[in-house]
Amino acid sequence: MNNFIEINDFQIKRNERIVLDIEYLSITRGETLAVVGPNGAGKSTLLLALASLLKPVRGEIRFDGKSLRELDELEYRRKISFVFQSPLLLDMSVEENVALGLKFRGAPRDEIKAQVEKWVKGLGVESLSKRRAGQLSGGEAQRVSLARAFVLNPELLLLDEPFVALDPPTRAKLLEDLSAILGADHRTAVFVTHNLNEAAKLSHRIAVIVDGMVRQVGTASEIKRAPADETVKAFLSELSQ
Amino acid sequence: MEIFEITVLSLQVSTLATLISMLIGLPFGTWLALGSFRGRNIILSVINTGMALPPVVVGLVVAIMLWRSGPLGDLRLIYTPWAIVIAQTVIAAPVVTGLTAAALEALDPRLGQQLLGLGASRVQMVWYLWREARLPLLAALMAGFGSVISEVGASMMVGGNIRGQTRVLTTAIVLETSKGEFGQALALSTLLLVLTYLINLTLTWIQQRGQKK
Repeated sequence: MNNFIEINDFQIKRNERIVLDIEYLSITRGETLAVVGPNGAGKSTLLLALASLLKPVRGEIRFDGKSLRELDELEYRRKISFVFQSPLLLDMSVEENVALGLKFRGAPRDEIKAQVEKWVKGLGVESLSKRRAGQLSGGEAQRVSLARAFVLNPELLLLDEPFVALDPPTRAKLLEDLSAILGADHRTAVFVTHNLNEAAKLSHRIAVIVDGMVRQVGTASEIKRAPADETVKAFLSELSQ
Repeated sequence: MEIFEITVLSLQVSTLATLISMLIGLPFGTWLALGSFRGRNIILSVINTGMALPPVVVGLVVAIMLWRSGPLGDLRLIYTPWAIVIAQTVIAAPVVTGLTAAALEALDPRLGQQLLGLGASRVQMVWYLWREARLPLLAALMAGFGSVISEVGASMMVGGNIRGQTRVLTTAIVLETSKGEFGQALALSTLLLVLTYLINLTLTWIQQRGQKK
């Protein structure tokens, strides 16, 4: 199996405390890996590390066979895209927000226009193109934030609980749309969530992180059927309450 | 005619000092806001103290530095408009630095990471953070200008209030008052107020236009 991302013997410290300690984790090209775990488990830290926004004290991440240490940081970041929990849109119009990453890359104006049109339509926000970001609802803003990430055609998409602040109907609809886009695109993605059902719907495999360590990797049914250890069992019981 | 010269000189030195303060304060404040390094809080507290520097103290220190026998005496800047620009820059730079740091710290701390995660270079990230904080940054500019156009102590001490050379509106007001020419002093004060108001009106208009956009 061709491992697109490999994380080896990887440690991140914050305030002298180890917050992420991964022995080994791999993601194949085109795979969506969901990362679940309790609050403070290190899920978001993993995403920040994958985006090269946090540096390890030990170990490495390999991207398409090359260590991130060998790659130019900016060049690497321009191959990926990051969606945070909150949309973090800038105070500009929807289409300007979506165009942002392409502008950073110095893309030609025609290409920016075409790609922005494609993805505002793809995420169902084309009627809001001219609207200021501050005038959007939570669901609309998160759609714009997803369009802003997809427009970059990233080789690796990092999603940090993008639905967490949304109401259930908006969340369900957006999850459906995202699932369709990821399925159609065969894009490599890492999706952090608290919700095992969302993880099951969106991903090929699920990694359970507890206390900064990957405790189990498998499908939702495998994890539910045979939790790897007590920490996974405790997390599952916490979810079912 | 003399009033015209005094007014122009006041605007020139205070505008120049504010611009230099922006050139210093914007990058320095950004570095303080975005950086996480040992001693950051100490530097921030020094800057915050600097925001309340008494102009007369600044005037004294700059005068000692520029005095003929002082460390920078060879530059022969004492009692020139440049000396006033230097003193006013010392007054305004901490104001602009402190308010820039505060403006950027008020943004969502993940915004910088989000921009980097979308492929922004460091320079692009900073540029867009400034853009996001443009309204409080404009307020920093206004506060910086306000702190120097209205000060008198430093201008008097390093400029000497020399007629036709270093006399600015505030020092002229002091002089007229000391002579008992209250009418003149009031006229100059009104002029200073109107000028300050017009400049701040322009900046406020730009600020509010940015907000409504």
